[in-house]
Amino acid sequence: MAQSETTQTEVGHEGGGHSSFPPFDASTFPAQLLWFFIAFGLLYWFMSKRALPQIGAVIENRKARIARDLDDATAMQQKADAAAAAHEKTLAEARAKAQSMAQAARDQLAAESEAKRKTLEDELAAKLAEAERQIAATRTQAMTSVAAIAREAAGAIVERLAGRPADPAAVAAAVDSVKPASGEA
Amino acid sequence: MATESGPAIDPVHQFSIHPVVPISIAGQDFSLTNSGLFMLLAVALTCLIAAIAARGDSGVPSRMQAMGEMAYEFVAGMVRSAAGEAGMRFFPLVFSIFFFILLCNLLGFIPYSFTATAQIIITASLALLVFLTVLIVGIKDHGVQFFKTFVPPGVPIYILPLVVAIEIVSFLSRPVSHSVRLFANMLAGHITLYVFGSFVIMLLGAGAAIKALAILPFAMTVGLEALELLVAFLQAYVFAMLTCMYLNDALHPGGH
Repeated sequence: MAQSETTQTEVGHEGGGHSSFPPFDASTFPAQLLWFFIAFGLLYWFMSKRALPQIGAVIENRKARIARDLDDATAMQQKADAAAAAHEKTLAEARAKAQSMAQAARDQLAAESEAKRKTLEDELAAKLAEAERQIAATRTQAMTSVAAIAREAAGAIVERLAGRPADPAAVAAAVDSVKPASGEA
Repeated sequence: MATESGPAIDPVHQFSIHPVVPISIAGQDFSLTNSGLFMLLAVALTCLIAAIAARGDSGVPSRMQAMGEMAYEFVAGMVRSAAGEAGMRFFPLVFSIFFFILLCNLLGFIPYSFTATAQIIITASLALLVFLTVLIVGIKDHGVQFFKTFVPPGVPIYILPLVVAIEIVSFLSRPVSHSVRLFANMLAGHITLYVFGSFVIMLLGAGAAIKALAILPFAMTVGLEALELLVAFLQAYVFAMLTCMYLNDALHPGGH
């Protein structure tokens, strides 16, 4: 170690054999080099063979796991969306069915009531027609009776006034001559 | 009044090498010195932290695990950005270099400890390790093509010899700048800290009125300590980043 006593400016305590500037003291180099390569070699070996592959694997695993979880979540989301869509569809179908059923019921009821109304109307119309026919018959009958009564009454009036039976044919002709007027009245 | 009896102001004494376990092989001194001891300590600490960080394999990382993964992703990002995906084969090397330097730098902050990265032989070894890796991998992977690194494309033929000469000189001077940068930064930082620390002690040893002035170099020391902490990180980062960029040349020669 005692090799550089050339330019000792400082006191040079601590055994005295050092160079003035320790980092440039070449006598320390072999030992430093040896221990540097031992230390750095150990570090490099440990890092490249043990620590870094392990840390890298952990990071890769986590990345893979996160990716897988995300994929799972996406798949579940899709499933949930599909279920929601299916549910929505069944709901819509049920609603449509209910609506059609209600419509059918309404239509049926309407048809039934329409039919009932129709039969009722027909019945009424038939009754009306019958009544009208009866009225017309009664009226014609009444009109023919009126003519007979008028002839009878005219005969009776003539007999009372003239004191003798009147000629029925003349009376009938006389009554008939006024009949259109009275018949129209 | 300065150096009456106490320790003299010797800012480079902190860099001197002492044997801890004397070992001699074939007449050559291979003692485990304080330098070797602190390198081993840095390696042991790094390995310990890495081992703890690598242990947990749960999906949710523990604190140490998160720290280890952060370091992993940080260095991996650095390698990828500078040397591309192909550079990932040197990821363990860059990772080891970064944390070796960082831990050596940081251990140097402990009072009475030793800063191995303030030894030119250590930084030169690291730089040469990178340099030789670049050279060997470059030639092994690309053969003669590797020397395209020195011939940048698109340069006019009449200045090409000059450019090639400059490129070769700059390539060869890489290990020098690479190693001296780290060495000088750590050395200068520790000397400055020592000098300002000595001022504090000198002033405290002086008369009553001057004692109060000791607060000034003390404040300076505190500030410098923070700065040096930044430098410790920064130089480790710069060294590792340059390693990535040099490796990029080995992987993609001529890819300027």
